[in-house]
Amino acid sequence: MSTPAPDHPVPLDSASGEPLHPAAREVLDAALSRGWADPRRLHRSGRDARLLLDNARAVLAEALDCRSDEVVLCSSGTDAVHRGLLGLARSRRRHGTAIVCSAVEHSAVRHAARWLGEERAVGVDRHGRVNVDAFLAAGQAPGVAVAALQHANHEVGTVQPVEALEPLRAAGVPVLVDACASAGRLPLPADGWSALAASAHKWGGPAGVGVLVVRRSARWEQPFPGDDRADHRETGFENVPAALAAAAALRAVLDERETEAARQRRLVDRVRAAAAALPDTEVVGDPDDRLPHLVTFSCLYVNGEAIVTELDRRGFGVASGSACTASTLEPSHVLAAMGALTHGNVRLSVGRDTTEADVEAFCAVLPEVVASLRADL
Amino acid sequence: MSGDDRPVGPVDLELDCRTMLCPQPVIELARHVGDVAVGGVIAVLATDPAARYDVPAWCRMREQEYAGADELGDGVTRYRVRRLA
Repeated sequence: MSTPAPDHPVPLDSASGEPLHPAAREVLDAALSRGWADPRRLHRSGRDARLLLDNARAVLAEALDCRSDEVVLCSSGTDAVHRGLLGLARSRRRHGTAIVCSAVEHSAVRHAARWLGEERAVGVDRHGRVNVDAFLAAGQAPGVAVAALQHANHEVGTVQPVEALEPLRAAGVPVLVDACASAGRLPLPADGWSALAASAHKWGGPAGVGVLVVRRSARWEQPFPGDDRADHRETGFENVPAALAAAAALRAVLDERETEAARQRRLVDRVRAAAAALPDTEVVGDPDDRLPHLVTFSCLYVNGEAIVTELDRRGFGVASGSACTASTLEPSHVLAAMGALTHGNVRLSVGRDTTEADVEAFCAVLPEVVASLRADL
Repeated sequence: MSGDDRPVGPVDLELDCRTMLCPQPVIELARHVGDVAVGGVIAVLATDPAARYDVPAWCRMREQEYAGADELGDGVTRYRVRRLA
């Protein structure tokens, strides 16, 4: 990966998934041998598994700056969002079933809101940042069960004003924060929320582990059929080795966060400059107050599927929010809500394995790729 | 940016981009905007859902005026653009 040849694949889509962090791989191997048993059993293997599970919870709690008994292990980031949102909502069912959220939330939030009752989306500015006054007003309107706001946007990187939502929580409206895109990459908001969801595979942990933090002060009731596990909010047999590996990855990532975030920000700045220099191209999202590792841009007159395919042919793996790359013909609701151009869209995200040479190679081919696709039209 | 509340003036040129997928309707718009005089209105008939966002975005990026949309039924929308330059 350090010296990208033209035929050497360069994944630039860490926001979709990162390879397992070396620290996680090591822990996972050991935990698979020791942590396979049912952590509720009193025999030796059960006690071993329980020890590892408690350890995973303690490490996650320390990394997320919360208490161990606030950590709920889930089966994905989506599960954490659903469990958090619907559990907070269940304790508010006398008030109503409306969910207030930004218009640029991840589909996990929007699907849960619609499944529960009514989604009340609050508009965003050109950078994708929610209007705080409108959000606070919508959150305190009648019928609202929960307000949900992402910490940072998963497609354009813009950081949301989560801490400004403290008045909602003070008024008794629980706030769910979706931190799936930001956990391990930005310091998490200290205040303003009742529950927070994160996803391990986005910080270099294994897939299949989500983390939900439910503040002790928050009221949460099981929204699904319950179970009899180590934690009453969890259901199903715990994946102890994966939870421990996720915790090890998060600790390792946080140990190097500041240096790595600064490095990734420089790489992304380089791509932002290269994209902004292209004719008829707009770089989307807040230029400064954003996630360090991703950038989104849209090129006029370019087909989104074609640019993804052509970059892939040249060895660069990127994502896109254009309609032609989705299973429906609808473009990204994030880009649409921002009033951004939805076609010719590229989302590029760097990871801990991405080198400066990778990014320079990408910046070198980008103008030619865009020009050739425009010439084809 | 949106001129929805203005009276709908005459459309000088209408492009039939029904059944075309993105970015084709916007490409047609860019190709033909020069066919109307400055101050004139060009319209795009489109069924592509992305046109709803991309025609206004094109106007912003190319410094033209988005003059609103009319729903014509059967999933067809007519997007109006006033040529400013």
